Amino acid sequence: MTVIETLQTYWQAYLYNDGSQMSGLAMTLWLLVLSLAIGFAMALVLATARVSQYKALSIPVRLYSYVFRGTPLYVQLLLIYSGIYGITFVQKTELLGMFFCNGFNCAVLAFALNTCAYTTEIFVGAIRNIPYGEVEAARAFGMSWFTLYRRIILPSALRRALPMYSNEVILMLHATSIAFAATVPDLLKVARDVNAATYQPFTAFGIAAVLYLVVSFVLVYLFRIAERKWLAFQAPAGR
Amino acid sequence: MNWKMAFCAGASALVCVMGAAHAQDTFKMGLEATYPPFESKSGDGKLQGFDVDIGNMICERMKVKCVYVENSFDGLIPALQARKFDAINSAMNITAKRKQAIDFTSPVYIVPIQMVAKRGSSLMPTTASLKGKTVGVLQGSSQEDYLKKHWATAGVKVTSYQDQDQVYADLVAGRIDAAVQESQTAMDGFLSKPAGKDFDYAGAPLSDPETLGEGTGLGMRKGDPQRARVQAAIDSLKKDGSFSKLSMKYFKRDIIAK
Repeated sequence: MTVIETLQTYWQAYLYNDGSQMSGLAMTLWLLVLSLAIGFAMALVLATARVSQYKALSIPVRLYSYVFRGTPLYVQLLLIYSGIYGITFVQKTELLGMFFCNGFNCAVLAFALNTCAYTTEIFVGAIRNIPYGEVEAARAFGMSWFTLYRRIILPSALRRALPMYSNEVILMLHATSIAFAATVPDLLKVARDVNAATYQPFTAFGIAAVLYLVVSFVLVYLFRIAERKWLAFQAPAGR
Repeated sequence: MNWKMAFCAGASALVCVMGAAHAQDTFKMGLEATYPPFESKSGDGKLQGFDVDIGNMICERMKVKCVYVENSFDGLIPALQARKFDAINSAMNITAKRKQAIDFTSPVYIVPIQMVAKRGSSLMPTTASLKGKTVGVLQGSSQEDYLKKHWATAGVKVTSYQDQDQVYADLVAGRIDAAVQESQTAMDGFLSKPAGKDFDYAGAPLSDPETLGEGTGLGMRKGDPQRARVQAAIDSLKKDGSFSKLSMKYFKRDIIAK
């Protein structure tokens, strides 16, 4: 089988459907978008808690981030997929049982918790890097804590965090390739199928690699546009 | 110079033996001895296994001497065509793709693919019984092809797994309602263990030549006149029950193709 024939036979499975369900690139992107959205939203809250002067707020977040950045994502996925569902209590509780029964839910939960831990640290770094004068000026203006974060700290921190965050997004895209451990038919799973059917590993995995590369390229491009727009104040002057 | 003399003597003796064997008519079979219980090597380096016993019985019936030639599995077909041996006897499934390159005898045995479910669940390997249920299967296996083709299209949810142990784990946990795999694997890896005590085979082995294959046969060169003799020996060994007896000894069930 040539590359062309393999593509003609399997392009649908690679891109969006393997005949019975969503698969391939569509599944990979869906996983990525969901886990990034959840991770981002949670990280905003957790980052503010992490920089808080109240230990009751900052210590739990530090612990969470330490655990999730200190263990491999693969292990986290297996713990959530196989480990948690193995607990009798989880299976007996209707809502928990329904949630953890589904491999896709487990994968999204693992990915979201993991990316949230890293994103929190990125935001924390950005928040701490805000020139103190800006905060002082806002305080002098009489802003409340909430307004201070909403108007000054978060907008500025998120802008500064963009380059680091784009890196995390790309890493997350690559991390989704372990989703099949939770039976989610992502892009790499389709590549494995094609390899098993055609005995042509170079073609099968090569197509997957090219697709990952294309997505990475698009992401890098989007972040570059975003940086040009929101980080313009940091661009070298005099142009 | 002693060792040289010894070597020469040994070599000439070997030539003698080979010459004698040739005179007695030999039949060479190629295999890769890394697939127990079908073919493997015992601790003292002797070939053993189901296929080896089958091969010996065929040679005995053909009144020739069996000679086994070891070869890597993916190189068996080229080696057969290069006349390194006369037949492939290495648990090789008969598939349309391989038939383009070589001929096969009729299937000798079929490694059965069977469904496993909770004992007393009354699930059967039919789409009617499994509608809306979830069935687990090993990714990249021929049974996955079967399930995708015949069951997933008829309302059965087919979930593929990275490895077989994960299938059993989720079957016990209740994530899936049934699992489909080789009968022997299910027995050795699950049903005979404590975790599988509440589970059993459900229904008869599946059959579908297109996805599951017709079975395992001896591969021979296209147009080889010896094939008729080998086929006759296989037919007579099937008929008198010798193969079935051997199958009972190895697998406790008859997997010989009818």
